[in-house]
Amino acid sequence: MAKYILEMNHITKTFPGVKALDDVNFQVQAGEIHAVVGENGAGKSTLMKVLSGIHGYGSYEGDIFYNGKECRYQNIKDSEKDGIVIIHQELALVPYMTIGENMYLGNERGRSFAVNWDETYDKAGAYLRQVGLSENPRTLIKDIGVGKQQLVEIAKALAKNAKLLILDEPTSSLNEEDSRALLDLLLEFKKQGMTSIIISHKLNEIVYVADNITIIRDGSTIETLNKLTDDVSEDRIAKGMVGRELTEFYPERVRGNFGEVALEVKNWSVNHPLYSERKVVNDVSFYVRKGEVVAISGLMGAGRTELAMSIFGKSYGSNIVGQLLIHGNETKLHSVKDAIAQKLAYVTEDRKGNGLILANTIKLNTTLANLKGVSHHGIIDADKEVAVGEEYREKLKTKTPSIEQQVGNLSGGNQQKVLLSKWMFAEPDILILDEPTRGIDVGAKYEIYTIINSLVAEGKSVIMISSELPEVLGMSDRVYIMNEGKMVGELETAEATQEKIMKTILQSSKGGNRE
Amino acid sequence: MNKRGVLSEILKSYTMIGVLVIVVWFFTWRTGGNMLLPQNVSNLIAQNAYVFILAVGMLLCILTGGNIDLSVGSVVAFIGAIGGVLLVQRQVPVPLAILAMLGVGILVGVWQGFWIAYVRIPPFIVTLAGMLVFRGLTNVVLGGMSISGMPSGFNVLFNSFVPDIVYGGVEIAPFGNINLTSFLVGIVVVVLYVIVSLRGRVIRSKKGYQLDNAIGYWVKLVMISAVVMAFAIRLSQHRGIPAYLIWVAAIVMIYWYITSKTTIGRHFYAVGGNEKAAELSGIKTNRVYFIAYVNVSFLAGVAALVTIARLDSAIPTAGMQFELDAIASCFIGGASAYGGIGTVPRVILGALLMGVINMGMFIMGVDSNWQRVVSGMVLLLAVIFDVLSKKKG
Repeated sequence: MAKYILEMNHITKTFPGVKALDDVNFQVQAGEIHAVVGENGAGKSTLMKVLSGIHGYGSYEGDIFYNGKECRYQNIKDSEKDGIVIIHQELALVPYMTIGENMYLGNERGRSFAVNWDETYDKAGAYLRQVGLSENPRTLIKDIGVGKQQLVEIAKALAKNAKLLILDEPTSSLNEEDSRALLDLLLEFKKQGMTSIIISHKLNEIVYVADNITIIRDGSTIETLNKLTDDVSEDRIAKGMVGRELTEFYPERVRGNFGEVALEVKNWSVNHPLYSERKVVNDVSFYVRKGEVVAISGLMGAGRTELAMSIFGKSYGSNIVGQLLIHGNETKLHSVKDAIAQKLAYVTEDRKGNGLILANTIKLNTTLANLKGVSHHGIIDADKEVAVGEEYREKLKTKTPSIEQQVGNLSGGNQQKVLLSKWMFAEPDILILDEPTRGIDVGAKYEIYTIINSLVAEGKSVIMISSELPEVLGMSDRVYIMNEGKMVGELETAEATQEKIMKTILQSSKGGNRE
Repeated sequence: MNKRGVLSEILKSYTMIGVLVIVVWFFTWRTGGNMLLPQNVSNLIAQNAYVFILAVGMLLCILTGGNIDLSVGSVVAFIGAIGGVLLVQRQVPVPLAILAMLGVGILVGVWQGFWIAYVRIPPFIVTLAGMLVFRGLTNVVLGGMSISGMPSGFNVLFNSFVPDIVYGGVEIAPFGNINLTSFLVGIVVVVLYVIVSLRGRVIRSKKGYQLDNAIGYWVKLVMISAVVMAFAIRLSQHRGIPAYLIWVAAIVMIYWYITSKTTIGRHFYAVGGNEKAAELSGIKTNRVYFIAYVNVSFLAGVAALVTIARLDSAIPTAGMQFELDAIASCFIGGASAYGGIGTVPRVILGALLMGVINMGMFIMGVDSNWQRVVSGMVLLLAVIFDVLSKKKG
């Protein structure tokens, strides 16, 4: 039996009204990569916050032993002193500071009133090379891509002399290539003796890097699987997470029953709103038929979101040129209002930032895009609004005590359902779903897939932007592949494979500074 | 929900009313009952009419994202100056002069709203500039002098009392000689309120909607009815219903309705809650900002009407710090400094709380400098309490 570097025993943590962790036992061996998986709200992040002192000693029950010594961390500084460094899901970098400044933020080199910038940048550069970045540490964070920013976070952790690295969904905003680079880096660190804990929703990545996998469900540890001795297939892990057999990940749908073309875009080009000489979408053409799910696949930064938003009433970009045909008629959409009137809906990838009003209730969010539907001459019919809220809560099986609940209090999956409710209530014919299942658990994903299927069964058209290839293959009828602002391929899903799609992307890449 | 949950919920919803009751009780005690003399109750409305009106306008700006309008005080003075010139010097017919004043208010709003909404100059800058510009223009219009002696037609509308149906009032046992109109209006308002409230509750319960907690509901119903009736009796003991009250009540009712029951009201909350989400839901956010700032200047016009009526003159220093009273009322009333949260009734309660504290201290003879210290601390404490209670909940 290998020795445990970390033991968390009988951890119980209660928030007002909720038991977030219930008698959790969690052990990590020295020098391993240990994955923690579980549905959203299962308690993974809370467990890591207890470990790193964000929830200080005394606010939880149970004890923690690190290197055989009992730990009573009061805050994150205490745990960092012992080399436990947590990297949060949301990047915590200041965009208008340099890489070096960010890496030593709160940990400045030199003296308090005389920061030693030469030492800062010198050391920062060394750590950057360790994570495989060749960037100048004097570059501003805002000028490098998300993938590189994530690596800077890791370099920052190294600068704090990390012995135990905790990564909370490190690849959630990365494309497949950057994700793979990051995972390989973790494997490299492992060789050098670093211990890592990784929280992730992406089962294939976990299987790729982890030695042991602990599954958490409803605030309790269910089991720990060993990669060498146990079955660690995606099916097996998924079963542990949801506690039920998932016979199939994608619901069955009758395919091939397509109507005429609902939306067609021809020679569509969009420039960046600030750097107006930069083409973000370059001469793109595509179409979607009635009753069809078309996926737009590609890497992060391929211009897919920009394409969708520029179509949706010019919500993004400058110098938008090209032809837009809705049901065969050329249409110009000057505003979101126009787009909604033409029965178009765009369900954003950023539900918290661009989609929902977190401080408002489910009811208010549901009716926001179609207030006309619950009002007469500008006066809201309160009864009708409640009825609509309830109708969509039932239709989408949103888990909530009441439609008067604040959206900010819901889990990611339920928030996504509220966002979908809002756009379904706007009664669109054509829906653009941008990463519709990002950051939500397996069960909620399945339910959202079912909703997508029922939408196309009603004869609506769905354009699904997705970075997850299995989802693209499992849900779509046809796949467009976008890269560097261009459409670089189109495949019938029946003929498509992950390898084919990836190959198309790689072959069309110009190389160099791709993000 | 457990019992403690219910209790804390009731406490939270009615904290403002509770604090108001305690403050009124405190000053009544400290002033030997003078605080609640009929004349003082009546004056409370007259003195603070402008705060109620401006606070409602300010709320819409704050809702759009914590944006404030620093210019309202100067705009009140400017429009008041124009009113003084028109009404007194030019002898323009009263209705025409009123329309002109409100029209100027809208024009000022269009000017500021354009820069804020369509050019996206920060509201703080635009209205700070407006504060200087319109204070200067006030002096230009008035030539640095005061214009006094408003025409009687104007005073009847703004600075008078609703005439009684029985000349000289009637004698009713415990209250003495009272103004019957005011007394009856009080009864009618209470009866209407109870009927509407009960009817709404019955309908909601029939349809199976979620109801407010029963105890909380009845406590609220009885408390509001009692306060309204007590207020009406106090007014009836001092010349009846002041004209100010009618204007203030009308504005409060209209804006309460707009903010809670209309799509445009919903747009204000959406823009303040998440501007991008609002934009992607088809709401024209620029127009929402524009409307907020046109509206607040329009209401500054209304406030100018009551201000020159009360002073019976247009003076260069009118409206000083009105913007601060309005902003303070909003935040004391629980509006969020980040936008998207705040209601008209709560803002009115906030204004009332400030008004009561100021009047109480005045009657007690507290030094005016200390009055400011207290006002400032009340604002800070109110927001601290708000922030802390949200953190816990």
